[in-house]
Formats: sequence, C-alpha cells, structure tokens
Amino acid sequence: MKIIEINPIAGSFAEDKDKARDVRLNLITPILESGEDLILDFKNVDSVTQSFCHALLSDLIRNYGINVLDRISFKNCTAEVQGVIEIVADYMQ
Amino acid sequence: MKIHIPNSAFLGNINAFIKLADFSDRDSMYITANEKWMSVHPIVLCMIASLGVEVRATGLNKEPILCERFTAPSKHYFERMRLFRFLNLNSEMDIVEHEPAGRFIPVTQIQDSATLGRFIEDMIPLLHLDKQQSQSIKYIVSELVRNVLEHSASQHGAFVAAQYHAKTNTVRLGIVDTGVGIKKTIGRFHVVKNYKDAIKLALTPGITGTTSKEGGTEYNAGAGLFFTKSISRINKDFFVIYSGDTLFKLLRKQEPGTVLNSDPFADRHTLEQGLPYWNGTVIGVDMTLDDNEDFSALLKNIREVYTSTVRARKEKQYKRPKFI
Repeated sequence: MKIIEINPIAGSFAEDKDKARDVRLNLITPILESGEDLILDFKNVDSVTQSFCHALLSDLIRNYGINVLDRISFKNCTAEVQGVIEIVADYMQ
Repeated sequence: MKIHIPNSAFLGNINAFIKLADFSDRDSMYITANEKWMSVHPIVLCMIASLGVEVRATGLNKEPILCERFTAPSKHYFERMRLFRFLNLNSEMDIVEHEPAGRFIPVTQIQDSATLGRFIEDMIPLLHLDKQQSQSIKYIVSELVRNVLEHSASQHGAFVAAQYHAKTNTVRLGIVDTGVGIKKTIGRFHVVKNYKDAIKLALTPGITGTTSKEGGTEYNAGAGLFFTKSISRINKDFFVIYSGDTLFKLLRKQEPGTVLNSDPFADRHTLEQGLPYWNGTVIGVDMTLDDNEDFSALLKNIREVYTSTVRARKEKQYKRPKFI
C-alpha cells in the first residue's frame, strides 16, 4: 500500500487545484494502474477546498467507477477535510 | 466614467453608490467624493481600483484619471488601502504605514495561482483571526479568486481587499474583476436570457460555466459560488453579486426556521436589474465572527443540499429505454 502525503505538496490549507490535478495524474493514477491500493495522508492539512478535492478525486471516480473508493483510504483527516471529501464522493455517485 | 464616493457605501446600501456611477466611458475616469465623510466597504475600493487599472491600460488618454482632492477626515483610509497606487495618482497625503495592527488588507491585485496562495497565507495574520474564524474566509477567498482566474478572462485578474470592523466584529471582503461577466461565462453551456438568469444558475449547486454535464469536468464542479452564498446564508450575513446590469443581494434576516436553499431566489434577497453596466463581476461578503457556525457543521449542511440537488437533477435527466 503506497502512501501519498498531501501537506508537503499542498500545504496546511490545500486549495491549489493545479497541485491536486498533478497529484492525481502523476502520483495516484500510476499507483492505481499498477494494481496497488493507496493512502492519501492529510496529516497537518487543516482544511481543503471543494475545488481541490474535486480536482483530486472526481476524475478517478469517473474513470475507475465509484469502487475506486475501496482502493483509496483517507488518513489523518480533520472534520473539515473529511466533510469536503464526503461532499465530492457524494455528488460523484 | 464617473464615480462618486458617498459618505457611506456598504453592502446594505451599495445600490445607491452603483446607481450614481457611470461606467460607460472606458477611456477616462472622474472621481469625486463626499466632502465631509467617506466610509466604504472594501468592495467599493476594489471596484474603483480595477476600473483605474483598466482605464490606464487602454492608453488612449494622456491623463485618463482625474480625482478631486479628498477633504473628508477619513481620506487617509483610502491611501492606506492603496487605492491611489492603483489609480497611479499622488494623493498628497503623508501617512505612516502601520504594521498589521490595523486589521485590514489593502487592495491587492491577484493574477496567478502562486500570488493567490501567498495572499491567503498572509491574509489571516493581517486580520488577526484565530484558526476557527479563518476557515470560512480562506475558503471563500480561494474559491472566488480562482473563479476569476479561470473563468473571467480578465486581463488584470482579481482585485481583493478586506477590513475587520471591531464594533460589529465583522470581516468585510470584496473581490472584483473586469472580465467577461457571469452571463457570458454561464451562457457557454446553459441557456440564459439575461444576467438574472445567469446569476441564478451561477449560485445553483452543480452548475458550472465549463460544461452542461452533471458532475462538471475534471476541474470544475460548479460549487464555489453556491458554497460562498451558503456560508453567508447559514451565518446570516450579507452576500452581494453584481454583474452586467443586475445585482443580487442575500439579506441578513431570513425567514425564521428556514433552511439552506438550492435555489438562491428562495432565500430572502433583493434583485435589482437595469443598473449601470459592470463589465465583469463584483462580489462582496460580510462575515460576522460572533455567532459563526462551526465550519465542519456548516459543511454538513451544505453537503445535504448540494448532494440532494445534484441527485434530483440526475434523476430528472435519467432516460429509460423504451420497450414497446
């Protein structure tokens, strides 16, 4: 199981959707394509925007189907981060 | 164009300031001000600054901006908020620039993602807000400025300013662009007859100017403005959006016991059409810090409305095969 830490890439307030797209395309997608599962670690991320989470996750759900959420775990999420991730997961299915 | 800075222009009475303005001539600008007193929302400063930059950029006039000498005692505020820098005028005011104790963010032009990131980082200490108070403000600034950078096609980016008012314990925020406006942005993928239609769609969950498909694109979901309006709605604060000839204002007092609405026109609001035409989009937000709903609780509310609205629309569009 591979781990991707979000804070070193996007900081404590993860809002830059260009960075989210880079993470999706360059880090998450290759792991999923190799058949491995992964953990997105939000340690030291206080909050995220819906735009960031959308750019991070929506195309994965669109391309791999909603079951891709069985292969991705979200770790160390604050209540705010969890809330936004849940919103994106909700409206994408 | 002509602009008069009145003695008072805040979100509650912003319509009067706009009605007196004339934005039609893009080559020159004439600014007058109330002689006795001027007290304005940051949205007004952002509007004037963005117009000043635009007028100067046309380069058609040697002296494109004329500004009457300010005489009101509150004139220094305009210097400290850096309005004259954007107008490229000498205010002839000598002021000592204070360290951040003033709890304001002067007018700032943001033209790229990296500048936005730095702005958000610097913003919270300047306003002296704690972590909890800062969540909604950071969120709103990020989503709205990114909207400008991605959709407005403005040559000059976004103009942002904020001010903390101790008396009301409120942060007032203005975000302005001189781009193509909401009707053109939304109209690319949706049918809109006028700015009223466009503003309504722009504030509706799941509607984006980048596609007509449910769920949006890989990059846009049509949530930024809905989230912002919802944060204001739940916290019972003013939210204003003005584009083209139309101004929508979410009112502070809502019907008791009512909940978040997916239809912005179902909230208590005012809508005024036929105003002087603004090329671009103007957004103003007030955020009272006293009784702010906890941000994660607020997200829970937004989630319920957003998801149910998008689902209902998907179900409506679902086509069953016809078996005959």
